[in-house]
Amino acid sequence: MSHYAEALDEIMESYPGQPEYLIFMLQDIQAKYGYISKESMLLACDRAGVPLTQGYSVATFYQSFRLDPKGEHEIRVCSGTACHLKGSHRLVEALERRLGVKPGETTEDLRFTLNTVNCVGACALAPVVVVDETYQPNMSAKKLAKQLKTLDHELTIDTKEQGHG
Amino acid sequence: MANPGTALKREDWRLKSAQDLAALQNQILASRDPERPEIVVCHGSGCMANGSPKVTDALRAALTEAGIDAKVMPGIKTTGCQGFCSRGPLVLIRPQGLFYEQVKPKDVTEIVERTIMAGEPIERLLYKLPETGEPVLTEQEIPFYNLQQRIVLHNIGKIDPADITDTIAAGGYQALAQALTAMDPEQVVAEIEKSGLRGRGGAGFPTGRKWRSALNAVAKKGRPIYVVVNGDEGDPGAFMDRTIMEGDPHAVLEGLIIGAYALGASQGYLYVRAEYPLAIKHLEIAMSQARELGLLGENILNSGFSFEVQINRGAGAFVCGESTALFTSIEGKPGNPRPKYVRSVEEGLWGRPTVLNNVETWANIPLIIGNGSDWYAGLGVPHSTGTKVFSLVGKVNNVGLVEVPMGATISRIVEEIGGGVPDGSPFKAVQTGGPSGGCIPYHLKNTPVDFDSLTQAGSMMGSGAMIVMDEGDCVVDVGRYFLRFLEEESCGKCLPCRLGLTRMREILDNFSRGQGSEEDIEDLISLAQAVQDGALCALGTSAPNPVLTTIRYFKEEYLAHVRDRRCPAGVCKELITYAIDPELCTGCASCARQCPNNCISGEKKKPHVIDAALCIRCGICKETCKFDAVKVS
Repeated sequence: MSHYAEALDEIMESYPGQPEYLIFMLQDIQAKYGYISKESMLLACDRAGVPLTQGYSVATFYQSFRLDPKGEHEIRVCSGTACHLKGSHRLVEALERRLGVKPGETTEDLRFTLNTVNCVGACALAPVVVVDETYQPNMSAKKLAKQLKTLDHELTIDTKEQGHG
Repeated sequence: MANPGTALKREDWRLKSAQDLAALQNQILASRDPERPEIVVCHGSGCMANGSPKVTDALRAALTEAGIDAKVMPGIKTTGCQGFCSRGPLVLIRPQGLFYEQVKPKDVTEIVERTIMAGEPIERLLYKLPETGEPVLTEQEIPFYNLQQRIVLHNIGKIDPADITDTIAAGGYQALAQALTAMDPEQVVAEIEKSGLRGRGGAGFPTGRKWRSALNAVAKKGRPIYVVVNGDEGDPGAFMDRTIMEGDPHAVLEGLIIGAYALGASQGYLYVRAEYPLAIKHLEIAMSQARELGLLGENILNSGFSFEVQINRGAGAFVCGESTALFTSIEGKPGNPRPKYVRSVEEGLWGRPTVLNNVETWANIPLIIGNGSDWYAGLGVPHSTGTKVFSLVGKVNNVGLVEVPMGATISRIVEEIGGGVPDGSPFKAVQTGGPSGGCIPYHLKNTPVDFDSLTQAGSMMGSGAMIVMDEGDCVVDVGRYFLRFLEEESCGKCLPCRLGLTRMREILDNFSRGQGSEEDIEDLISLAQAVQDGALCALGTSAPNPVLTTIRYFKEEYLAHVRDRRCPAGVCKELITYAIDPELCTGCASCARQCPNNCISGEKKKPHVIDAALCIRCGICKETCKFDAVKVS
């Protein structure tokens, strides 16, 4: 916990304590922890000198902020126009069926977070799915299923290894 | 970065005059051997997603392994997007200028052995002309490139964006030096006015006039004044600005510094979409390298002019591309737009006079100052001067980035440069201007692409996304897509946008289910007009464009949905059925294995059937079938 607090302090101190740096701080917190916890929100608002309501107003207005933890793997389906025309909505539906969650949600076992993104600008490769940070070009439901199986398999191995350790 | 200080033979790297800059350029050029082989790998986002970093790594390894003499050892250069995204990963070999496409890591040994060491081209990797199948050697022989006029993009794909010496060798910052040493601020503003440049962000407001109003505001209210780059490129399908920021960040920076000098600003902001991490990284590198050389910061080129700039990352809100919303976001608040009773040139960021221009607009500034406003005004057409960069995407052969003079026709861009629709049929419509724009049908393909002609056709220039649709795309579905997008992105501050878009989308949802009537189409039009008239900001006022243009040009298709309960393009889920053509089905059963609802059955090697009652119309069977046996009706 103290380690957590130290890292947070570091983020806070890298910006002047002024309201216009609130978004910068929240972005750094999110980049480091994957989401913005209540504690970190309190600290950021305190540092920026704004009321907590403004912190939450900002965090809920902008799409990129999350208030709850992200899954181990994040699957982002591009829903830009080119991807839409090439069937990205069908990919979202296939993922919804398979993972049992809607875009923006995380599976109960915290393994996968499903998201859509407005456009990643890799339109030549439409439809594109970004798994963690890797772009997967010309995706199909079949390729996605395979990809998920591989990720699932990796997770199983991870858990086993941790069990042995 | 190579130490430019060594080239200048002094410890302090800072350039102290225009002559220093020219001397540095000469020294960099003299230190380079134009005959030395060089392998250029495209590291634009498209090629990177397609695996170009692996190609670069493999090339490095193969060159080391080949044990080439250090003197002739080729350099490897990674550049921003070369534009021809659908043929990536792209590799250029200099000095011959060979253009290799779709290069895989397994091709690199052959490239090193045959092309680098023996000097011969590899036919398999060359681009083939679509009509004849003949391979061509260089970029200049490819219609996609030679029909373009690359001015804003002239450096992109040629320079390493992370190395300022490349930019300086190509003449970068000379327009800035010229402005600072040979022009007073008034002359700079006058040049921009004379050039006829109009804002590339969408609305096409004359840039010079904007700058002039800002100067008038400063005369009334005093300083400070701010200059801001709008890099919040949110239109889905648009990636022009990202490419410029990633591939030639110094062009944007140089334009901004020139603008700051002309307007008397000492602080600037770059507001960049958070989804563009590479653009942010390259801009950061560019800023720090420019600062080291004394091209940014205190007392630039010893002119007495000082300027600082900061990057603000967007946080995923489309509305922040709107000027007043963008300013509130920089101030650290939710990006709500405000009514523009007072224009933002007078009262923008922190209530101060502010000039906000789009990335591409700023990148045009050094070109105008460097080459003169007469040269610039001679490009394009009288009321839309210069060139425009478009991202050409969708159902088109050559997906990529295209720069043409203003006034080029849609046909020129989509058919000649873009190579038309993949199956050879005419395109159905071209969507320009993203969610704020409209669909232009095939019969208007000779419409010149300039600000005024597009507006007349019911669309708009927008930031430059050009999405090609074919007969398999449904206009009702496209309308729903854009409305859903804007409904989610609406900030909710004003009612016409917040509720109007939702109601419009609900009407279209009904159409997609075959419900609704012809009167509903009329209602939709009047609702759209109410939103246009009543919404607070451009997000709302332009939101009805996609629907209104599709009703204007494709009314029959809307009628087919409401009157005949039929989706002619075969897209709207509740109006279509999937069936297997027994003539074409081989009984391989791969569709049956993929079907998530287990509703495909049949004996091995015999035609299969879909149980229409159970089918959820997910389309996976059609996508899976290798024999095109799954039909939609």
